[in-house]
Amino acid sequence: MPWNLDSDRPIFMQILERIRVDIISGRYQPGDKLPSVRELAAEAAVNPNTMQRAFAELERTGLVHSKRTSGRFITEDREMIETLKVDIAKEKIQLFLDSMEQLGYDKEQILALMSQTLDGKGEQ
Amino acid sequence: MSILLECSRLTKRFGKREVLKQIDLRLESGHIIGFLGPNGSGKTTMIKIMNGLLTPTEGEIRFCGGSIGAESKKYISYLPDQTYLNMNQKVKDVIGFFKDFYEDFEEARAYDMLEKLKISPDEQLKTLSKGTKEKVQLILAMSRKARLYILDEPIAGVDPAARDFILNTILTNYDPQASILLATHLIADIENILDEVVFIKDGKIVRHSSVDDIRIKEGKSVDAYFREVFKC
Repeated sequence: MPWNLDSDRPIFMQILERIRVDIISGRYQPGDKLPSVRELAAEAAVNPNTMQRAFAELERTGLVHSKRTSGRFITEDREMIETLKVDIAKEKIQLFLDSMEQLGYDKEQILALMSQTLDGKGEQ
Repeated sequence: MSILLECSRLTKRFGKREVLKQIDLRLESGHIIGFLGPNGSGKTTMIKIMNGLLTPTEGEIRFCGGSIGAESKKYISYLPDQTYLNMNQKVKDVIGFFKDFYEDFEEARAYDMLEKLKISPDEQLKTLSKGTKEKVQLILAMSRKARLYILDEPIAGVDPAARDFILNTILTNYDPQASILLATHLIADIENILDEVVFIKDGKIVRHSSVDDIRIKEGKSVDAYFREVFKC
């Protein structure tokens, strides 16, 4: 199945985000070997050079490292993965807050509505 | 990364009409390049020159440093926008024909793709649907181990499911040292497999950059950008 990618954002960034999520969610475990550029490019139905660019970026941040001939591996630094998880969670919360603000809610209202929903009281 | 094809100040006139105007273009190995332009922009003329079917009026074109001719045709696999095959032949006969013609033709690869697309080698070409004929021709072009594949509208008549298969075939079959030049109007369908695009407008190259550069700089897909640049 080709990956579902947005049409207006850079492809390599979306690939990067997807692999990051796969690492955080545990689909790839620390120390796991990543598929080759070619394999993953074919799976995602994207250009191998674009996949390569995403891999290079993952390596630059240290989340993935390559061993000379044997391929690319996920970092075994669990702390780094945990930090990334928190960063992404914060990003998502910020996006949510921005859209709530657009709807005209202030901080207290958002919090009230959030806890209501979490307690199940928001359901009809 | 090496330069496969290079054009400098390439101009083509048909009588008084200038179809290609001072084109400078350089294609490197290892890329899948979209060659995009509206009808009548000069795409097919340009492609025909690359394949030695037309000669430039002015300027120069080189393939791997040499001129276009018998030598370059050994390394360029060309899928024309119109068929040239004998429709009375069977699929397997055409494959035999290609095998005789091109040293780099890999028969096993062709049969493998035919099987995956459920096309019988014993079928006569004229009995195949338009889309299936297109698939056969693409299989022929992609079964060569070429340095440059030039595909002129390869997916226009093919249904979306087969289109996915074909794109996958292109992605998995080509040698990373080779390049593919893909001329098409169906940009949205192929955008993700491209890494570079060349826009041609009124016989001039108006943009040559990576897909992600366009997305970063323009904030939109190549398809949306194309619609903007070539707005009627």
